[in-house]
Amino acid sequence: MASTEPRIEERADLAGLEAGLDALETRQRIRTPFRQTLVEKVLPPSVAVLLVLAVWQGLVSFKIVDDPTKLPAPSDVWDMVHQAWLQGELLGYIWTSVSRGLLGFCFALLIGTPLGLLVARVKFVRAAIGPILSGLQSLPSVAWVPPAVIWLGLNNTMMYAVILLGAVPSIANGLVSGVDQVSPIFLRAGRTLGATGLKGTWHIVLPAALPGYVAGLKQGWAFSWRSLMAAEIIASFPDLGVGLGQLLENGRNASDMAMVFEAILLILTVGIAIDLLIFSPLERWVLRSRGLLVKG
Amino acid sequence: MATTTTAPIAEGTRSTLDRGPSGAAPAQRSGVATAACAARIEHVSKSFAGPAGQQLVLDDITLDVAPGEFVTLLGASGCGKSTLLNLVAGLDRPTTGDITTDGCPALMFQEHALFPWLTAGKNIELALKLRGVPKADRRDKAEELLELVRLKGAYGKRVHELSGGMRQRVAMARALAQESKLLLMDEPFAALDAITRDVLHDELTRIWRETQLSVLFVTHNVREAVRLAERVVLLSSRPGRVAREWTVGIPQPRRIEDTAVAELSVEITEELRGEIRRHGQH
Repeated sequence: MASTEPRIEERADLAGLEAGLDALETRQRIRTPFRQTLVEKVLPPSVAVLLVLAVWQGLVSFKIVDDPTKLPAPSDVWDMVHQAWLQGELLGYIWTSVSRGLLGFCFALLIGTPLGLLVARVKFVRAAIGPILSGLQSLPSVAWVPPAVIWLGLNNTMMYAVILLGAVPSIANGLVSGVDQVSPIFLRAGRTLGATGLKGTWHIVLPAALPGYVAGLKQGWAFSWRSLMAAEIIASFPDLGVGLGQLLENGRNASDMAMVFEAILLILTVGIAIDLLIFSPLERWVLRSRGLLVKG
Repeated sequence: MATTTTAPIAEGTRSTLDRGPSGAAPAQRSGVATAACAARIEHVSKSFAGPAGQQLVLDDITLDVAPGEFVTLLGASGCGKSTLLNLVAGLDRPTTGDITTDGCPALMFQEHALFPWLTAGKNIELALKLRGVPKADRRDKAEELLELVRLKGAYGKRVHELSGGMRQRVAMARALAQESKLLLMDEPFAALDAITRDVLHDELTRIWRETQLSVLFVTHNVREAVRLAERVVLLSSRPGRVAREWTVGIPQPRRIEDTAVAELSVEITEELRGEIRRHGQH
């Protein structure tokens, strides 16, 4: 057949054209060099911390605040931390709180996720408890400590209860807003592919809602940690083991400002560290894999 | 028919594509399509509740798409072409009238609608999985389909790493993974630049001839309609009615800049403008 010859030529031509277009329109991914990351990401926060420390030291050195019971020197606080480390107590404080916090968070995850899914997908449930759930987020979780102590007594169960009440609404709400923001085009595309009902939820809705859900987890962790500290401060009881909240309360009782500062700094550091080590990388990974993280 | 001239190539491609379960896409809707039709639209009307009561969007549309036929639906805004496509896709129900299709049709949108949490290959595999293709076969089939749209090597690429044209080709591969006999396309190239669109026209024509699919293609671009179709159906606006039909006799492969394509486009554009003008006369 004579007619097929130009056609084959034309096909090769089209393939070449297409390959050229693809090459022109695909952007090369550039890896940022390590040095640049160091200068752009690590340097600025380090400078900020050093600046705060310098101002703090200045206030003490120049006797602008001349009362160690009001403002201890940074070195005194450091000594406090160092002492605790030498006595082998430092990791104990941190572990007591962190293990409580993470375990509580895991429980909150197990309850918050199905709850969020239920609120997001079932109209009646949403109308019934949706507003309450988002309202609960604005209730300071410290408010739950007195009833939890009365119901459950001074024990670890009560701590977990407070964490749950603090974190579950955040996690559930994160999932709800994640589901609400799923682009309708994905649902339509899913339906034409045959993903309806539970299949649709599993293959389309849940993965599409993941960014919102992860944001909810991040906030849920912040709330867990805050609720736990409130519970530890209010319900400090020697038998419970000394966590960071109890350390803070002990410092106050002993009027030892250095210990109070030590506890505050440790609470802050642990909260940031968990976020930096677990939740921020998780969020970055989810967003980056979808091309949602634009490099500034 | 155009498909006969490319028979050797068409044979090869079909045999690899047809390895899946013979049932193809699950027939979800009632009514077995007549063997002579990929889609049969009979006296279909659709109205939506609007501010002024029921608003008629589609009025008594009757249209058949023969197996292996390429039909474009052409019309200005408000002619209900997307509504009609949704009805054929089974995403919505007609108010009156009947639609029968041969199996469940595949649908492509103006947006690529690829799932950004999956790679290009996994997007296709999800379509295969939902169709019931066993896990062991999915990877090979996905690679095959990517090769068909000439994106070999894009399997592991994330959606955001692909250009607009590449995304639409992956979307095409995903639609083809459904192995329906009818492909519905809702202005799939409208958001692309002119050069890419032109290349994808060639690509779509090639794939249509190789796979012997029936295509119902919606557009508001007259040249595009003439470039691609065997039959152009012009819809009037508000409500949408079939205004006129043209059979396009220009042999494939065509070019959008061919004189014959231009001449027919002028004729159809005149008719389309006439339809639009009627709406300004009240």
